Amino acid sequence: MYRYDQFDHQLASERVAQFGDQVRRRLSGELSEDEFRILRLQNGLYHQVHAYMLRAAVPYGLASANQLRKFAQIARKFDRGYAHFTTRQNIQYNWIKLPDTPEILAELASVELHANQTSGSCLRSITSDEFAGVSPDEIVDPRPYAEILRQWTTFHPEFAYLPRKFKIAISGAEEDRAATGVHDIGLNAVKNAQGEVGFRVLVGGGLGRTPVIGSVIAEFVPWQHVITYLESIVRVYNEYGRRDNAYKARIKILVKALGIEEFRRQVEADWQFTKDGPCTVTRQELDRVAVFFDAPAYQQQPASNASVTALQCDNKAFSNWMRRNVKRHKVTGYAIVLLSLKQVGVAPGDVSAEQLDAIADLADRFSFGEVRVTHMQNLVLADVKQSDLIALWQVATAQGLATPNIGLLTDVICCPGSDFCNLANARSIPLAKAIAQRFDDFDYLHDIGDIELNISGCINACGHHHVGHIGILGVDKNGEDRYQVSIGGAQGKAINLGKVIGSSFSAAEIPEVIASLLKVYVRERIEGERFIDTLQRLGIQPFKEYVYRTDTAIAMGLADDAAECVPVQQGTPYNNPHYSRRF
Amino acid sequence: MIIRNVSIIKNHAVTNDDWGVLRLAEGDTPESADVTAQKIIVPLKVWQAQRNQLQGRTDLGVWLDSDERAEDLQGELDRFAVIAVNFPKFADGRGYSIAYHLRVRMGYVGELRAIGDVLRDQLFYMQRVGFDSFVPRADKDINEALKGLNDFSVIYQASADEAQPLFRRVQRSVA
Repeated sequence: MYRYDQFDHQLASERVAQFGDQVRRRLSGELSEDEFRILRLQNGLYHQVHAYMLRAAVPYGLASANQLRKFAQIARKFDRGYAHFTTRQNIQYNWIKLPDTPEILAELASVELHANQTSGSCLRSITSDEFAGVSPDEIVDPRPYAEILRQWTTFHPEFAYLPRKFKIAISGAEEDRAATGVHDIGLNAVKNAQGEVGFRVLVGGGLGRTPVIGSVIAEFVPWQHVITYLESIVRVYNEYGRRDNAYKARIKILVKALGIEEFRRQVEADWQFTKDGPCTVTRQELDRVAVFFDAPAYQQQPASNASVTALQCDNKAFSNWMRRNVKRHKVTGYAIVLLSLKQVGVAPGDVSAEQLDAIADLADRFSFGEVRVTHMQNLVLADVKQSDLIALWQVATAQGLATPNIGLLTDVICCPGSDFCNLANARSIPLAKAIAQRFDDFDYLHDIGDIELNISGCINACGHHHVGHIGILGVDKNGEDRYQVSIGGAQGKAINLGKVIGSSFSAAEIPEVIASLLKVYVRERIEGERFIDTLQRLGIQPFKEYVYRTDTAIAMGLADDAAECVPVQQGTPYNNPHYSRRF
Repeated sequence: MIIRNVSIIKNHAVTNDDWGVLRLAEGDTPESADVTAQKIIVPLKVWQAQRNQLQGRTDLGVWLDSDERAEDLQGELDRFAVIAVNFPKFADGRGYSIAYHLRVRMGYVGELRAIGDVLRDQLFYMQRVGFDSFVPRADKDINEALKGLNDFSVIYQASADEAQPLFRRVQRSVA
């Protein structure tokens, strides 16, 4: 992975000093809260329900074992012994005290990490494909470009005060694992007929209040021009994006207002001034950065391992884990392993300091000392020998990191909700827990198979509910937490926005609503069809009709067919007080 | 209404200044605004409305608001002793692109002044996009604000202050 040189180190330490001074001036009263708020947000520091929340960047989702140990150390020393991985591949601490933040930043900087631009109306930290460099379907490794763009975005003087936040994602594989269609700019690295690398550029995608899938602004921007082209997009946005209404300030609104043709024309007009100029990326710079992402020293390995095969036959838990949490690697004899952060009873994406240390050890022992964060809020050990899988699984199991649910119903994406977030209308974590408890039978979950359940506590859509096969949105109705359900959303190449099925539900009803949706799927599916396939074939109507067949059926927990599903939990788990280790 | 600040930051130092910024009061129109004062920086709209009376004056400046465009001064840059850009709120970042356009695209080399909600923590970026004089908000300590110009010694990107990105300026180390 990328390592800082003297310039990166110098800049990082100057940033620590700058922010430390800003905190000092806030504490002394020299800076008002209004002045400080925008400064601290550009450093990922939010004031949340209970305390400050600090979001540190994990640049394009890639971290070293030593960086994970630093995350653990910070969790112990400055938080309550845990941290939370986000859908944008970053890490959050929820119990931070403002005077501690300069020291935390210095700790982060000591291992080449930072919290720059993880929030605020600026160029945000860039996200990428968690399987970059190891997936068989990769066309171009996006990481060198992600690093070049990380440096370009870092303290860009012209774009620190944009109309609204600005998120860039980059992927280089057949499958889009970086959700590039729902970013302000999505970059898909591709090769042209001559084999040259370039980017298909999407602009104006996003979730939130107005979900939009990005439009193609350019089919092929040669890699040398990636900085100048992006700079022109952001410049046009900075000049013309709306600033009168925060809800209409994202670039997607500007692109819609102008139309993609006119927006493209303006970008191209601006680009003519800088195209081929000094900001054109040089082959030398690309090569310099790319070396950091060279493949590790893989060994010759047999394609399969007899012990692994044998244990798969003998041990159901291992077999389930192999099916769900282990993915094919481009190198023979190696595997990609996902560590699930979706254990029942734990908030999705939460990880303890002990787990972080254990993951760091696993990375050192089995995966060249590197870890990736996924936008599904799980972790990846990307380069594991087949012959190490059993040993890795044993440690991961002991650490609660081997829940065999990757891609299953309980692998939910979930925002922190109103338990932690000032913006949220409703709680989301307890709902995720109630769902996990309702569907805790792995045979049933594996039978249901691939399905994406995304939960957002409010319209800002941090839980990506629009693109969940089942999406749940928290709404506040007269002070009561209510939830709107949409179905048919999808991420990846087949990206689609879900449709709301009807009026909202109470928290207690939601697990039964999901059970109803699954029941229709099980009844109607054709061999091999995933939930989303059946849904796309039939449309939402049969699902909707079944869910709303009678009000009482819902209220009674589907008394008529409850026996066919997993037994309904007694009581209403949702009403339990805060359940996780957070409290 | 003409606002004069005794001290401003110019060329990396706190210095005395006798320019005034004309801001239209309620009821003023660009056509009717009084432009007789010496050394005034007038709003773009006043310049456009009273160009006939104003052209030829050597003690004249113009200021652009954040919703105005550098290109509105195309062909007229040499008429002004100073051009200012107003920041109605410090979080309104349009002024940065206005400055960039004036310096990099239009080749303006005269004094470029940041006025309005100008605060210490934005000065470094303002300087990078081409501002060389700053009028910090009146309630702030100008000597404190001056320190903001020196927040960083390393910059990755090109802008008005530096035509080359870091990777073309220095030999960077390899893995």
